[in-house]
Amino acid sequence: MEKILEIKDLEVKFHTQSGTVHALRGVNFHLNKGETLALVGESGSGKSVTAQAIMKLLPTPPAEITKGQIILDGEDIVPKTEKQMEKIRGNVVSMIFQDPMTSLNPTMRVGRQIDELIMKNEKVSRQEAKRRAIELLDMVGIPNAASRYYQYPHQFSGGMRQRVMIAIAVAARPKLLIADEPTTALDVTIQAQILELMKRLKEKLETSIIFITHDLGVVANMADRVAVMYAGQIVEIGTSDEIFYDPRHPYTWGLLSSIPSLDANDGEELHAIPGSPPDLTKPPVGDAFARRSPYALQIDFEKEPPMFQVSETHFVKSWLLHPNAPKVEPPKIVQQRRRVLPGTFEHPVLVEGGL
Amino acid sequence: MAEKLVEVKHLKKYFNAGKPNMVKAIDDVSFDIYKGETLGLVGESGCGKSTTGRTIIRLYNATGGQVLYQGKDVHRIKSKKELKELNRKMQMIFQDPYASLNPRMKVVDIIAEGMDIHGLVKNKTERMEKVVELLETVGLNEEHANRYPHEFSGGQRQRIGIARALAVNPEFVIADEPISALDVSIQAQVVNLMKRLQKEKGLTYLFIAHDLSMVKYISDRIGVMYFGKLVELAPSDDLYKHPLHPYTKSLLSAIPLPDPDYERSRKRIPYDPSVHQYTDQDRPEMREVAPGHFVYCSEREFEQYKKEYENR
Amino acid sequence: MTSSVGEKEKFVLVRQNLEEAEKIEKKSISFWGDAFYRFRQNKLAMFCVFLLLVLVAMAIFVPWFSKYDYDTNDLMNTNQPPSAKHWFGTDDLGRDVFVRTWVGARISLTIGVVAALIDLLIGVVWGGIAGYKGGRVDEVMMRIADILNGIPYLLVIILFMVVFGQELWTMILAMTVTGWINMARIVRGQVLQLKNQEFVLAARTLGASFNRILFKHVIPNAMGPILVTLTLTIPSAIFTEAFLSFLGLGLNPPLASWGTMANEGLPALEYYPWRLFFPATFICLTMFALNVIGDGLRDAIDPRLRK
Repeated sequence: MEKILEIKDLEVKFHTQSGTVHALRGVNFHLNKGETLALVGESGSGKSVTAQAIMKLLPTPPAEITKGQIILDGEDIVPKTEKQMEKIRGNVVSMIFQDPMTSLNPTMRVGRQIDELIMKNEKVSRQEAKRRAIELLDMVGIPNAASRYYQYPHQFSGGMRQRVMIAIAVAARPKLLIADEPTTALDVTIQAQILELMKRLKEKLETSIIFITHDLGVVANMADRVAVMYAGQIVEIGTSDEIFYDPRHPYTWGLLSSIPSLDANDGEELHAIPGSPPDLTKPPVGDAFARRSPYALQIDFEKEPPMFQVSETHFVKSWLLHPNAPKVEPPKIVQQRRRVLPGTFEHPVLVEGGL
Repeated sequence: MAEKLVEVKHLKKYFNAGKPNMVKAIDDVSFDIYKGETLGLVGESGCGKSTTGRTIIRLYNATGGQVLYQGKDVHRIKSKKELKELNRKMQMIFQDPYASLNPRMKVVDIIAEGMDIHGLVKNKTERMEKVVELLETVGLNEEHANRYPHEFSGGQRQRIGIARALAVNPEFVIADEPISALDVSIQAQVVNLMKRLQKEKGLTYLFIAHDLSMVKYISDRIGVMYFGKLVELAPSDDLYKHPLHPYTKSLLSAIPLPDPDYERSRKRIPYDPSVHQYTDQDRPEMREVAPGHFVYCSEREFEQYKKEYENR
Repeated sequence: MTSSVGEKEKFVLVRQNLEEAEKIEKKSISFWGDAFYRFRQNKLAMFCVFLLLVLVAMAIFVPWFSKYDYDTNDLMNTNQPPSAKHWFGTDDLGRDVFVRTWVGARISLTIGVVAALIDLLIGVVWGGIAGYKGGRVDEVMMRIADILNGIPYLLVIILFMVVFGQELWTMILAMTVTGWINMARIVRGQVLQLKNQEFVLAARTLGASFNRILFKHVIPNAMGPILVTLTLTIPSAIFTEAFLSFLGLGLNPPLASWGTMANEGLPALEYYPWRLFFPATFICLTMFALNVIGDGLRDAIDPRLRK
């Protein structure tokens, strides 16, 4: 499996007046070519910071990549200059944001915005760029593409604007597309349409996708693999089936059991995770999630857990997988859906170093 | 027989009425809310659900129709005293935890404001005591009283908003998208809190939201809105298991669930309004297809839906 | 590696009081505390605050302690350049320019601050009501403001002073006739923005009265821009007074404001430059300092710069 992206031991700090925020505290994962990886987590987990780090769009006065490598299509982009990154963005990696209204230039016609991107990356004439732009608008499902080419962003509805943003993002045929909560602000039916569009485009253009979201339904719909983030680290990563049908980390359990299933009875209370995510100006010692977990072990407050491997593709960062750890039962909702997946190891294996 | 607390009768709210850019936000909507129940109101942007909530509580004036609270017409109340009474009985929780608390006020003052306005406490000590009691009810504590909103997380702020609404001992609470802006695990905290409070204080809720799974979990009955009209109203389970209106079916088919197997086989059903083919003769209105299950339809469709429901 | 983590005792479940989880770690800071903290980071603005304090202190104390009065004539020593006896020199009547400068400071600063405060009062009430009520009321009120604004303000001031005399209080009042309009516009803008915020809606649902909403919810949240506008109105008023006095339409002698002193100093510029130099310099310094402080406040209060 060829890797399009590899992140090794990534650490990012933000220097603010209230202290240094340890936004990413050692992130490790990879993305295979043609795959969709979902990055799941709540506010403060670091998923957006990860996305911006890959694009090197973090504002570098307050932010600083203090450690690690981001190997994009074979090259480590951490040491690259802004000028070098300009060539890479759009071409190799591109991004779609949550709010299309603020990511599109409101004073420039939509078609022109796409043209500019095409012409920046390839030597083509204006005519040729325009032809491709209209083709793209059509490909993303905008009716009357030829005439809508001349319109301004405010003349499009929310879902349509999102499609325009996708058109711009894929205009230069990037190998990696990062989608940062692209459908969070959209209605359910529009969201469904946009997700369908993204899947179609992925097939047609052979792009790999990193999809950032906190909606587990969307994850189940889109992702081949899922990485769960908490407090600046990846706490569990595996295939979609593994995360939903055989999760091992208490935080993943917490997330899955705080969503009511459509066939739940009224009587069962939702299992809510108490408290809030930690203050990353003083990152907690040991396991960051332990303080909110009913499954916390003494050692969770002393030493950070290592990664344990549960299958070829499934890794979990928790002391609960250590041979000395007591056997615990996840919440009922998780138990009900649980199944044994082929390829699961008999016993979790401790992983030395990174993945 | 359950008592009706709120009756919405042919409610209309048009913005810019009479002008070319008129928007029919609520276009002849009728439903009842029974004491002690949670009625969910769902729909997508522009369907009018938030406007409905705000018109019921009189933040907006109605263009037509009535809202009756315990039999009294909410919009026709003239006396200041009666209006104040109404303010006490009907309260609202808002969507945006970052905009719904006055950033310049301390938490204690935010929560106590209702008590101050209605003269519910005699002195400063009693005021503080009541505030602390409310804070503890919503899962916060005394030391939070002297802090400012910006020091809290979204979920905590939402709880402060709930405490504020509870401070005047309301009977009916309209929750306008109270959890949309919160993280998933925090949503569960707030929803659990709301359910517990309902039991303890005998509250009636109108729960407006667009997250259908959460709405189903908390609501007894659910109404589905589409462009200012109520298209279906039924008990939660019945709505999800046997949706009848094509829009409801389309909406439900578009929800992704955290279950990869289900997702792999899910087929979305798009909704095309022209499928109804309403003529001038048709008078579509809410008709009771099955006990408690209402659908907005013409006579013709009514027969169809009845058959469909029977064959479920 | 593995052996060091093998202490079996550590792998026991810990009973947690998960309610502790709601504690807030950091110290409590109010909005203003936060804003002033940021303001203190702005070195130039802090320097200007210091400068202004020095100016005010001088304006208060120098005339008390000086051995000369502002109107002490000394016809033997007219137009003397700065010396050990007269730090800023003397003018054409032998008066000590140093003490006159600080008496002038009192007057100029007083005019500036009082005019700005009156503008504030009228502007807040006018803009607040117009913005909150909206509709017809807003239209009428703002049209009145627009019409008044259309009249050249210098003309208004001059007319006012011709009719009511060239006194200190007539000058202040004259400036406020149209000076409040800017503040009213700012306040109205803020109110329009704030009145649809959810916390205002919440206050309405709680049954809050119009007054309560305006004065407890809306205005306090508009204080930022209001304060900034206030700080920037003061130099404007000072300059207007200086300008008028410079034209000879200002205060009557021997009352000295910086403007009248500059007016008297201009014809003597070629031979006795210090008589223009000192008042002019202080006008500039004061305006500069207030403008910098106003900008600094604006930056410190800007919500976008908040965490």
